Amino acid sequence: MITPLPPGIQLEKVDDRIMTLNVGPQHPGSGHMRLIIKVDGDYIVSCDPDPGYVHRGEEKMAEYRNYIQNIPHLERPVIHDSCNILYPYCLAVEDLLGLEVPERAKYIRVIASELNRCVYTLYWLAIYGIFLGHSTMFMWPVGDREFCIDLLEAMSGARVTHAYFVPGGVRNDLPANFEERCLRQIDYFEKRLKQYEDIFYQNPVLKQRTEGTGVLSRMDAIRLGTTGSVLRSAGVDFDVRKKEPYDVYDNLDFQTQVLKEGDSYARSRVPYLDMLESCRIIKDALKKMPKSGSVRTKLKPNPKGGNDEVYRRVESGRGSLGMYVVSDGKPEPYRVKISVGSFRNLICMPYLLKGEKLGNMPAVYWSLNYWPVEADR
Amino acid sequence: MSSIAPEFRLSRFVASLTDLIFWVIVIFTLIGLPIVFILLFYIKLPVIDDKLLTPYLALTWLADPSRTLPIIKSLMHTDFFRITTFPGFGFAALLAAGTIYIERKFLAKMQLRVGPLYCGKIEGILQLMGDGLKLISKEIIIPAKADKPIFWVAPLLFVGTAAAFISLIPVAPGWVVADLDVGLLAVFAVIGFFPIITILSSWSANSKFPFIGGIRALHQMVSFEIPLILSLLGIVILTGTLNLTEIVESQQHYWWIIFMPIGAIVFFTTILAELERIPFDLPEAESEIVAGWLTEFSGMMYGLVQLGSYLKLYAFAALFTILFLGGWNGPMIWPPFPQEIITEGIKMGPITMHVPGLPLLDQEMLNGTLWFTIKTIGVILVILLPRGVFPRIRIDLLLHTGWYKLIGLSFVNIFIALALVYAGVLGPGGLIQ
Repeated sequence: MITPLPPGIQLEKVDDRIMTLNVGPQHPGSGHMRLIIKVDGDYIVSCDPDPGYVHRGEEKMAEYRNYIQNIPHLERPVIHDSCNILYPYCLAVEDLLGLEVPERAKYIRVIASELNRCVYTLYWLAIYGIFLGHSTMFMWPVGDREFCIDLLEAMSGARVTHAYFVPGGVRNDLPANFEERCLRQIDYFEKRLKQYEDIFYQNPVLKQRTEGTGVLSRMDAIRLGTTGSVLRSAGVDFDVRKKEPYDVYDNLDFQTQVLKEGDSYARSRVPYLDMLESCRIIKDALKKMPKSGSVRTKLKPNPKGGNDEVYRRVESGRGSLGMYVVSDGKPEPYRVKISVGSFRNLICMPYLLKGEKLGNMPAVYWSLNYWPVEADR
Repeated sequence: MSSIAPEFRLSRFVASLTDLIFWVIVIFTLIGLPIVFILLFYIKLPVIDDKLLTPYLALTWLADPSRTLPIIKSLMHTDFFRITTFPGFGFAALLAAGTIYIERKFLAKMQLRVGPLYCGKIEGILQLMGDGLKLISKEIIIPAKADKPIFWVAPLLFVGTAAAFISLIPVAPGWVVADLDVGLLAVFAVIGFFPIITILSSWSANSKFPFIGGIRALHQMVSFEIPLILSLLGIVILTGTLNLTEIVESQQHYWWIIFMPIGAIVFFTTILAELERIPFDLPEAESEIVAGWLTEFSGMMYGLVQLGSYLKLYAFAALFTILFLGGWNGPMIWPPFPQEIITEGIKMGPITMHVPGLPLLDQEMLNGTLWFTIKTIGVILVILLPRGVFPRIRIDLLLHTGWYKLIGLSFVNIFIALALVYAGVLGPGGLIQ
């Protein structure tokens, strides 16, 4: 039964061949967002990402709290990578307030940040696995994530939302025997990563499916302003840790992982290679870290910044993550702007999905290393 | 750390076992026995001691236990028993339930998990029952714009077709529901129904994701049916019969998988595609099209489709066993029935009990069933294995596999079979008999 239209209302003319699919927000393959996909048979004609379902106004909230109170809620956009999202904030506030960070705290920050990168990347990899129908690749990373989480729990006391970084250092010192434990678990973790290579990355079905799909050329990657693994998989050697080294990254021995293909397979492989590099960085940092010393510069109660603005960025699990903090001499920041990699990588989704098959949608979508909650802030 | 399994204690284990036994007895006496007596009124009862057994006479086994076994024995040769219990629906459903449990535990071990653990206290053996109760108690939601009669009937048709498939499977010598001379042809006919049911249900749901899933299922099943039929043609050429029982009997000395490994591989791959199992689970691809053609099913309708798909899994695994692995053939490992029980009776202290009607089942049948079950479960395990190893394949690669590779390989298999026949090695009048 068709209800007659009210007078004066016209329906949009739709091509009969085209079917519109609402992928999300209640779709197992979407996350906290919606993709409006138009398909012609099995081919995607257009894709229109619709983010914003988890916008929580973190930036506005930051204007009503002082510099220390901002820490626990600024990590909320991406709780799996909480150290890396607090890192630029702490760096920026230290610049504003003119704080010196103790040497040992710098190394601890690097270790925590790299461990957190592993936690995030494993979670991301698990979802990438289940998106492609590989249930073992969902269970293994989620299980191995526990080891990194345990280490971070020993450092900070919390399993996921650590709130470990504070302006002027880290909240507390490492526990006893941490180095030994960390080295042991990193060794095991490296062994497990090699098994991932066997079951997932060298899997013929996976290679057949993801190689050559959603190809992003080097020029397009630069033109669209992508960052992180998406940019590096397209052949651009850009890593904030190398290009603008912060804390002690310039003392540490590691390499930037760059692949040339720019397809889904390369995009999914770069974070994996980054995890191997993270293990190297952690080992190196544990070796070079001063064995004792202060880990936190004491702050005055209710510190005030001058009339100043600072922008600092770090390399997070999803690319460069920047914080722009403006102070007008009050205890609260005048403005905090979070610039996230997720949102910048999302922009290439309509370009990549056009003309792809519907079956490639999850492979392309999740290989962009996009975290909806972080993009919405 | 993650939650840890409770420590094993013998006392707890024994207590839970007695718990289980208690409930089984209670449920059996309160529900099972009345059902048995109701059924007795509807079954054609046998003649015992020159008297036609009536339901009232059947009750005499309570007074005279020696009548029990003859009654049971004669019941076991009725069509009703064959269709409902063995080798029909009951046996298949039991194996299917076992399959679900094995699949969960097996996959869990592969993925460093524990699998179902708490329901039923012993390693979660009652998990399936719990899932069934949950599905029954759930509300059935029908989309407002669905074509309701077809939508309602599709899950029932699915289970019915799977049951029809099972009825063609010979489990032991003489134990088959329908022993057709065109058995293999009937199997193909039954398999041909599945895509129709799938497309009917997905179309009648009047929803986008089921529609895409249904179209995918149609593509997949139709394009894999051709290599499925072609890969079995070699066996028909060599045995010269379509009767499944005769095909099993032709494998007394050697199995067809020895002569036709290519056909077995092609058939196995097509089984995976027909069953929509990973890596060919495109019609139910979760991250792309929610749950594919099952998206709009809820409650027990979904449960029926799942039951049907596991019955189908059993039937295909059994078909593989029958065609390539020699069915029930195997060395005699079942111990013979002790003759002195028939001649002298059972001695319990001072009492000697004579039990007429023994043995209930002959040794050959039990041995055949055992071998058949072992082989079928083995095949099922191999069918389950790819789920832990492979991701999902894409539809164009799948169709390419079906039309280019598998059909070509099955033709190679047919030529091998023809060569074996013309060289006089196998087949009627061949060297090996």
